[in-house]
Amino acid sequence: MFNRGAIINVRAIGHRTIDSVMRFGYASRFFALTLLNSGASFRRPHLIVRELYYTGVQSMIIILVSGLFVGMVLGFQGYQTLNTYGSESALGVLVALSLVRELGPVVSGLLFASRAGSAMTAEIGLMKTTEQLSAMEMMAVDPIARVVAPRFWAGLISMPLLAAIFSAMGVYGGYLIGVVLIGVDDGSFWSQMQSAVDFREDIVNGVIKSVVFGIAVTWIALFEGYDSPPTAEGVSGATTRTVVTSSLAILGLDFILTAFMFRGV
Amino acid sequence: MERSTIDLWVGMFMVVGLGALTILALKVGNMGSLGSSETYQLSAEFTNIGGLKPRAAVKSSGVVVGRVAGITFDNEKFVARVTMNIDSRYKFPLDSSASILTAGLLGEQYVGFEGGAEEKPLAPGSALKLTQSAVVLEKLISQFMYNKAADGSGSK
Repeated sequence: MFNRGAIINVRAIGHRTIDSVMRFGYASRFFALTLLNSGASFRRPHLIVRELYYTGVQSMIIILVSGLFVGMVLGFQGYQTLNTYGSESALGVLVALSLVRELGPVVSGLLFASRAGSAMTAEIGLMKTTEQLSAMEMMAVDPIARVVAPRFWAGLISMPLLAAIFSAMGVYGGYLIGVVLIGVDDGSFWSQMQSAVDFREDIVNGVIKSVVFGIAVTWIALFEGYDSPPTAEGVSGATTRTVVTSSLAILGLDFILTAFMFRGV
Repeated sequence: MERSTIDLWVGMFMVVGLGALTILALKVGNMGSLGSSETYQLSAEFTNIGGLKPRAAVKSSGVVVGRVAGITFDNEKFVARVTMNIDSRYKFPLDSSASILTAGLLGEQYVGFEGGAEEKPLAPGSALKLTQSAVVLEKLISQFMYNKAADGSGSK
């Protein structure tokens, strides 16, 4: 009744589905293991500090520069539109709200995924390929506790800080363009911003978003590295998957979080 | 790289990051005023609130003294009941009045308080008796148009 090709195709779909569900289950188990084995990295905080250097400090330049430029572009574009309605004094509100609520966490999350996440995957994947992880196990050192957990906590700590730096830089960039270059009134720029931006509603929600993105990106990056096939090809594929999956995860999670946080009153 | 150098850089990163958060909280978010201070609740009834929204400012003489906590519709009196959280540093006399005003021509709406002459202050949870509803622009324009039309026909 059915020809052989169709059956093979259907079987392939089923195989892929079961495979991805299994992978997700393994990833969840990996996440739980990481949390359970984090004790060692808190007893030896220099492990986390070292990873903070690689994930946080080294991402700082790109975050600073792109935050400044995103803010400056927002200044130009916002002024252009608001000027049509004669309400350019609301420029500060537009720049600050779009940065604090959305662009800060999302763009810095995407940059973090491609700058730090891919590096994490490549590093762990190579450690696996060169059998450093197995060597650790031989020496009775748990690679999850020694390698994975410090990186996870470093990512979790650095992501909200990077998002905050991004937003602050962006607001400054918007100020440079709006007030210094175009000449929007200095007082109304800041005072309207301050009356519109709420600490709990906007800033804390932005921080929550960036923490969630930090968890998602580091989890995906570490898992892809840990699970990568131990070949050069496998590591390169895992690195690509990290960037693609974590970017999609950030955008998807952002939609869900925004729907919960700002559904309007 | 040496551990002390890494420590230095990470320390700098943490300082910059936390500094950025503080700047966001203080300079952008204005947490300093009305952030964690104690508040008490007052309510007022308006026949029309216009475009007033929860979290809108409550101002007296132009100074922000509180925020609108919630807006509900009273289905017996057919009025809008606006509850407000007022900073407990500020007390208002019993005969104070509340009106819904607009910042600028098309700007955001806020509640304006005007202090009365009574000695006793409004107790927490009590209601303001004197209120003035929002100015609805359409009504204003139509009133103006009618007046114009009336003037025009009268002078003929």
